[in-house]
Amino acid sequence: MNETHDGLIKTQLSNGLTVLVKEAHFAPVASLWIWYRVGSRNEYTGITGISHWVEHMLFKGTAAFPRGAVDKAVAREGGVFNGMTWYDFTTYYATLPADRIELEAQIEADRMVNACFDPQDVASERTVIISERQGAENDPQFLLSEEVLAAAFRVHPYGTGTIGHMCDLETMTREQLYAHYRTYYTPQNALVVAVGDLTAQEMLRIVDRHFEALPNGPDVPAVNAVEPPQKGERRVVLEGDGTVAYFQTVFRAPGVHDDDFFAMIALDAILAGAGGMTMMGGGLTNKSSRLYRALVTTDLAVAVYGSLVPTIDPYVYSLSAVVRPGHTLEEVEQALDVELARIVAEPVTGDELTKALKQAKAQFAYSSESVTGQAFWMGFSELFADYTWFDTFIARLSAVTAEDVQRAAQRYLQRSNQTVGWYVPTDDSK
Amino acid sequence: MSIPGPHDITRCELPNGIVVLVRENHSSPAVIVNGYLPVGGYDERPEQAGLAAFTADALMRGTAKRTFEQIYEALESVGASVDVSSGTYSTGFGAKSLAEDVPLVLDVLSDALRSPTFPPDEIEKLRGEILTDLEERAHDTRRMANLAFHELAYPEWHPYAHSLLGYSETVGALQRDDLAEFYASGYGAQGMVIVVVGGVKTANVLAQIEEAFGDWEGCRRARAPLPDVPPITEVCKGVITIPGKTQADLVLGYPGPPRTDPEFLDAMVCNTILGVFGLMGRLGENVRDAQGLAYYSYSRVDGGPGPGPWRIVAGVDPANVEQAVASMRDEIRRICEELVEVEELADNKAFITGSLPLRLETNEGVAHSIISMERYNLGLDYLERYADLIGEITAERVQAVAARWLDPDAYALAVAGPSAE
Repeated sequence: MNETHDGLIKTQLSNGLTVLVKEAHFAPVASLWIWYRVGSRNEYTGITGISHWVEHMLFKGTAAFPRGAVDKAVAREGGVFNGMTWYDFTTYYATLPADRIELEAQIEADRMVNACFDPQDVASERTVIISERQGAENDPQFLLSEEVLAAAFRVHPYGTGTIGHMCDLETMTREQLYAHYRTYYTPQNALVVAVGDLTAQEMLRIVDRHFEALPNGPDVPAVNAVEPPQKGERRVVLEGDGTVAYFQTVFRAPGVHDDDFFAMIALDAILAGAGGMTMMGGGLTNKSSRLYRALVTTDLAVAVYGSLVPTIDPYVYSLSAVVRPGHTLEEVEQALDVELARIVAEPVTGDELTKALKQAKAQFAYSSESVTGQAFWMGFSELFADYTWFDTFIARLSAVTAEDVQRAAQRYLQRSNQTVGWYVPTDDSK
Repeated sequence: MSIPGPHDITRCELPNGIVVLVRENHSSPAVIVNGYLPVGGYDERPEQAGLAAFTADALMRGTAKRTFEQIYEALESVGASVDVSSGTYSTGFGAKSLAEDVPLVLDVLSDALRSPTFPPDEIEKLRGEILTDLEERAHDTRRMANLAFHELAYPEWHPYAHSLLGYSETVGALQRDDLAEFYASGYGAQGMVIVVVGGVKTANVLAQIEEAFGDWEGCRRARAPLPDVPPITEVCKGVITIPGKTQADLVLGYPGPPRTDPEFLDAMVCNTILGVFGLMGRLGENVRDAQGLAYYSYSRVDGGPGPGPWRIVAGVDPANVEQAVASMRDEIRRICEELVEVEELADNKAFITGSLPLRLETNEGVAHSIISMERYNLGLDYLERYADLIGEITAERVQAVAARWLDPDAYALAVAGPSAE
């Protein structure tokens, strides 16, 4: 099943591990990522947050790399590393000088099977993760988003954030964590991506050397949850500290394989500016977008954002705003509704589509500057589609017409498909 | 690709005093334009706190050639961005675009820096945004801890004691004329630095910059350097209670060495050991890894043009503040009193020199390095000498720099969070 083109190879080892390597010779660096198809999508009440906690435990050591040894080994070679957990995946990476990249392959192959989960480390990491959650709880926008998504999904695990519920973080056991690790950390449930200043064959040999001997595991449990269609608007009102009100609304969105997905990407760019879709930062402003003009230029809000994230199962399209003091959540919501009604009623212009496309092209150029960014996008795309999703992004976006955008708007930007959230500040000490 | 140096960085000075540095990178279709002007919060009076930041933000709100809407329509239509923001001693700008759009970016930048019109209605919009941000800040534990730290660590007369963004009373009182006056007296060609990195031809971009900025005059008044500050001699603690929060943020630190201090790199190595290396250095190992007290616990030495802070930050359960502070002080005492082991020092130095290619991978990373070289007179061959400069640093030097700047028994400590009960 080898696919080879332009210094890129996609293959599968005999144990089921998918491998994707790509040459990039602009700088003497390389980035290697391992992706596991497990995240909060695979969780349920009682073990929410478990995938993220397992990610933390993989930094707590194996026999070959005791606690702290991985961090030091990568840093000593001039590298940077991290781990991330999201709905659909858990991923680990290091970016290193190209001639040192084998170290990351060695580390990941080792901890795919040999992580210790020492009970003392589980105990100390429990409080670290609780602290991570407490830090997030200090942010009203995190609290609002958590409530809105919980209301938008009543069946599918996408309704619970990756960090998990506090009660689960307080009670989960070492045995549950270890079982989760053993279930999902197998070659056939993983993907290795390497991008850097080596030949594709060299990278493939490195991956092969460290991963080929790892035993395969049983099939992972399927995620059978299907969110039923939403039939009617849902609303959440959250009260909390502060003097600033926050607004968020989400619409159930099409899946990435749906024809409407690229129309929604264009729609998001036109409504709220390009850059809502990246997870590795876009850096573009959105001051010429429709919603900025409707909400910020009119002084109702001080900022507005859009977000459309590709996921394995259909997720949501999210719009949020920071209400300008002196104005109200009602006013912001009304002004937003006017703009949504407009994009449903009237086709967008050719200029707006051209702009969305050019913005996407520029962002691709920026994100391709680093091997870390390239490896991220290739691996990420593989999870919900395949790497060609990233390669063909521009071509597919350029095929979107004004009619496509209007059809998607009509289909998804409906009140009955919407969950609205208000954060009402309780501190009036102004 | 080689390390950026005199062989591939072109440096020239325009007759009006603007210094331009260009490095071509034809593997990239994108271009970064970064730089700064010598004007900032240092040049405002304390009762005008926030004026420099407000003025810098206002430059993009309307110019002789373009309205606010036209500026952003032009930039965003091509996926480009231009940002101007004030620091304490300088005002920085950064722009990013595809190579084909560099002329547009330079035109917008020149328009914003040279011909801002400060439209009254836009100034009021901007004021509303800043005031909202200040309200958000008042309920943000990290930002409030940082603000309180600066007030504790620096004497009242020092620019670093004050918030660059200002305070609701000061920002609320600023007039459009204050902004226009601040602009007229502080902005000009003299002392400006522009760095361009990416898929450009040097000769072309130099001509474009000459066209955009060559006839800008403006010779600003002489400026004294940022003053030194006396060391902290006792524990200065401040607690800010923000009801309704779950976590407390704390900042413990000191005024630190300026970037131009001859021992700055010693301090940087020392700080890497203390709170950067691997997963947040010794602090991460102690406070997070061993004790499980915090998700983050790290240290930073800012450097910069003046005695920027050297600080440790952490976010902890309010019940654990005392224990976290005790652990931080233990680590400070250890690095001040004990020589770093040979292996630990070697590892840290290997990280600092070995990660250079990563920091130079993107146009942005290269531009950042070139700006530092110019701004702090490090020389264009600085990166070529970098490994040797780091290599020379000994355990004795690390201990000496720690003892000079840090003290486990005299520090500024700011805590912001819910009350501990």
